[in-house]
Formats: sequence, C-alpha cells, structure tokens
Amino acid sequence: MSDDVKKIMFTVRKGPHGTIYVYEGLEVKLIMAAYDADISVVFMDDGVYALQQGQKTGDLGIKGFEATYGVLVDYEISKVYVDKKSMEDRGMTVEDLVVIGEDEDTEEDIRPTVVDADQIAAMMAEQHNILPF
Amino acid sequence: MKLAVLIYEGPYNHEASDSAYNFVEAALEKGHEIRGIFFYHDGVYNVTKLMDPPQDDRHISKRWSELGAKGIDIVVCIAAAKRRGIVDDVLVDNVRISGLGQLTMMAIEAERMVVFGD
Repeated sequence: MSDDVKKIMFTVRKGPHGTIYVYEGLEVKLIMAAYDADISVVFMDDGVYALQQGQKTGDLGIKGFEATYGVLVDYEISKVYVDKKSMEDRGMTVEDLVVIGEDEDTEEDIRPTVVDADQIAAMMAEQHNILPF
Repeated sequence: MKLAVLIYEGPYNHEASDSAYNFVEAALEKGHEIRGIFFYHDGVYNVTKLMDPPQDDRHISKRWSELGAKGIDIVVCIAAAKRRGIVDDVLVDNVRISGLGQLTMMAIEAERMVVFGD
C-alpha cells in the first residue's frame, strides 16, 4: 500500500438492531474495503453489542448480519477494534465476541482486537476520515 | 478546503438535512469547494419531487436541487434508495442516483467529510 492511501475509520456506536444504521453501515464498509483505502472499524458504546455472538434476529423479522461479520477478514477488513470499557460496562468479555475470520497460517479464529480509549484516540488522530456508521 | 457532506436523516423529521444545507451554503460563501453531497439511510428521502410542503415552509428537495444546479455533485445511494422506494423517476433535477463507490471517492478525495445525522 502506498503512502498516499487514505486511512478511513468507521465507528459503530449504536446497538445492532432497532434501527438500520449499523446494518446499512456494514454495507458501506464492505464496499469501501474494495477500494484503495486503509479501512479500520471501532466498536464502542452500544456498538459493542453488534459483536455479540449468537444473535437471534428471527423474531424481529430480519435476517440479521452476524454472519457477515464472520467473514470481515475475507473482505479484507481485518483492522477491527472494540473498546474495552464499553465491553466491561456491558458485562461482555472477549469470549462473547464474534469470530471475524480465520488466520491463514495458523487456522486460528480471529476476533476483534480489544483496545482502550487512549489507543482509539491515537488511531483516530491518524485518520483521513472518521465515518460514524 | 475541499469538503464532502454525508447526510443520514430524512427531511422535516430531523434537523440533519437543514443543518447540512446551511453548512454547505456557508462553506460556499466562504469560498470552500464542495466535492460532493451523499444521501444515505433515510437521507435518500430528501430529494424526491413528490415532496409538497405547505407554502410557508421551506422546500427541502427544491433547495437541494438548486444547489445541484450550481454544479455540485449530489448523489443518492442506490441501495438505500431502492429499499425505500426512491427511484430515478421521483428524484428532483440535478441529483443523481449511484452506488457507494461514489461515497468512497468523495471520502478519499475530499479533505474533510462532514456527517449529519444521529
């Protein structure tokens, strides 16, 4: 990737269901990942619920999109972060998080990377765009 | 500065579209360049010509169309639009319907992308 590739960070701060923001936001991430841009995603606040494993959305009458999170790495979205405090505030641990892909070499599951607010701030400072989706 | 604007909310129900419009007008007045305006989520409802507000109210889609007439690229997301029944036939003049690739190019090419919505 050349130096002039733009860094674009998505923030997900809303719960996954009840509104369409997070779902349509996922569609944007998948498209942008196909372009020459350095994509990252940070889940924080209620957005961490989007990463909860085992969502059952059938009773809501929607198909849900947890399965798509499961292949984010295949879409070349591997910089996926989750805010530590937001998880802790909601009683979530790393084991609750969806798997977003598999390591090609070790075949180990890849989960979102847990980061703290300082790390998120440092990453944000490097971005060309921050898009709240 | 080269700016792009992204709008998430529908007209009248939410202030986002008004704020975005005022922002664009002010930016142009200050001599900034608007690389493009992109409507996503319920934002796609902002540029339908079926809109017919009371005469003493602002006409939101007409305002956007007039901005488009000045040569600003105004794009409605096709995926978000189709889901909501917004098609080419109902769009005001000077607005086009296209894909998220257009949003991507705006995000990359503009120095700042400003987002209006919840």
